[in-house]
Parts: sequence; structure tokens; C-alpha cells
Amino acid sequence: MEGDLDEPLLAEGWVADQVRDEFPELRLRTMAVERGSGKTPPEVRDRLRMLSDRFRGAQAIALRRSPIPSAYRVFFRQVGLDPDTTRTPVEEAAVRRLVKGAFEATNLLDDALLIALVETGIPLWAVDAGRAREPLGIGTAPDGRLAVCDADGPLATLFGPVFEGYGVTWDTTRMLIYTVQVPGVPGIFVDEAMWTCLGVLQDAG
Amino acid sequence: MAVVAGTPRVRVDERGARRNLREQVARLERELQHTLVSAFPRTGMDVSLTPAYSAGPRVLSLGELEDLRDRLSSKLAQARAQLAERADQEERNRRLLERMLLEPGKHRFVRIANADLGEGGCGVWHVRPRLGLIGMLCGWWQVKLSSGCPLAA
Repeated sequence: MEGDLDEPLLAEGWVADQVRDEFPELRLRTMAVERGSGKTPPEVRDRLRMLSDRFRGAQAIALRRSPIPSAYRVFFRQVGLDPDTTRTPVEEAAVRRLVKGAFEATNLLDDALLIALVETGIPLWAVDAGRAREPLGIGTAPDGRLAVCDADGPLATLFGPVFEGYGVTWDTTRMLIYTVQVPGVPGIFVDEAMWTCLGVLQDAG
Repeated sequence: MAVVAGTPRVRVDERGARRNLREQVARLERELQHTLVSAFPRTGMDVSLTPAYSAGPRVLSLGELEDLRDRLSSKLAQARAQLAERADQEERNRRLLERMLLEPGKHRFVRIANADLGEGGCGVWHVRPRLGLIGMLCGWWQVKLSSGCPLAA
């Protein structure tokens, strides 16, 4: 493979039958990355600073009318989440930016996920590939909640943080980045989000 | 006489109805957000629903979807009425401002803030006498626009 950026290998996750019956357009897309997280490099810090400078209050309000954030907001409603209480990931990032005054750098992985989220509106999450059994999919947890699962059971509540024990740690050497593509979100945006995230991770060396 | 062995059990497939309700929920949610965004820069517009118990993301039942649809529909009607009422009030204020500009002497000391006209910024239109007390005595009135937001304490 040539070029600076390796081709991301996007895999299609499974969707349980009872979930697919209700939400035929719901998809889970994953991408394996052969590395772990790390400290935030200066160039990523700069990129976050640049994103912060470009993001203003009016944009935070207009987000609600943008197609991608709006699609997630609508889907939140449809699955019983109140987006004004449980904010969609991009709105949560926008509010944090306004409250804290900047998109704050935390670690390489979270920064890459944040950059992809802010630039595309698509939320991404990551699990430790060594602890999850591929392929991942969308199913139902025993309590009836929609969840991201592997063959053994739920790894995270849908749109929620990854459960303890499956998240990326400093020992992680291979990660599975995943996203939930909801109805109304074109696949090209998901590809773009994955590319952006991978680009940040690979540029960091 | 024919004997009926048993009443056939009918299972109603609610998926179509749920899909239909989800489409209505999607449309109402988009319209609600559209109303909020078009109200900008007006503040105080509340489009959030009354918090209800959430058991996390799940497939909602027909009853839950109907309840959600009804709550969204009611909130949308409320938000639109609120916006229309504000727009009417702003229109009245704009007319008053025009009259103030034409005949300041007939609208002494009247103040209209930009926010009352549905505009952003902290400016306030104020009918004041020219040259203070002298203007008051001589009937020299003018409309002044104060500008700039007060500094945060």
C-alpha cells in the first residue's frame, strides 16, 4: 500500500434481527487500528486549538438544523433518549467547548475521536481489540437496552461509554474504532470520520 | 351443525404502526428544532420536553411512541404560538420605533431595546431631549441609539 495514510479497513457489524426489523437502516461500522493510545502530540493540540477557534456559539445553535447532528438527535428521540437531557455526542462536545472555552486535549485516542466528531458530526468510540471478540454488532442487553455487543455480550450501551474492562488502556496495542450509523446519515460521512480519526492516530507516529 | 374448533388467535403486527409513529416523531423533532433555530437571536424559547423517565436506548412500544408524538406535537404548537406572539409584539415595536423617529416629541423618554425588535445586540433606542434641560424646555427631542453591551461584572 502506498501513500502516507493506510487505507482504513471498514468492517460492517451485525445487527440483531429484532433490532433490524425496527431500524432497517441502522448500521454499525468498525475499523481496526494497529496501535494504542498515547500522549497528545503538539500537532494534535494545535489542531484542537484551531478547531476551538473556528467554533462559535451561533454554530452550536445551528447544529440542530445540520443534517448529521439532526439525524442523531432524531434517532435519540426514537429510541427513548431525550436529547435535551442525554445530549447527542456532537452537542455535548459543543456545549463543553462553550463552557470550557476550548476543545481540551486529553490523550491521543480521545483527541482523535473528538476531532473526527467535530469535523464530521459522526461520533466514534473505541474498544480494546484484545478484549472484544470481533465482529461487533448491535443487539439488545438483558435489560432491554440497545447495546454494542460482541459474541459474548454487551460492550457498551448504544451511544454510551464503553463498559469497564473493554475500554482502551495504556497497554492496548490494537483498537477497534466503531460508530453507529443512524438513518439519514450517508455512508460517506462515516468514511470521512474514520479517515479523519485514522489520520490523527497515524500522524502521531 | 358445524362445530367451531376454536377461535383463531390473531397476532397484530405493530411494526408498521411503530415505523409510522417514528416517522412522525422525526418530523416533529426536526420542525421543533427548526423553530428554535429560526427564533435566534431571541432568547427564552424553550423547546425541551418535560423530563420523562428514561430506561436508556431501546425499542419503544406503540404506546410510548404515541405519547412521545403527542408531547412533541404539543410542544411544537406551543413553541410556534410563542414565536408568533413574539413576532407580533416585535412588529408593534418596530412601528412604534418608526413613529418615534418621525415624531420624537410625541414619544418623550420612550425606550425600545433591540431585543424587543427581535434583533441581536444590546442597543436601546431612546427618545431624549437634545442638550438636556434646555432641549426639554425648548421641545428639542431626538432618538438616540445607545450601543454596546454592559461589561460583565
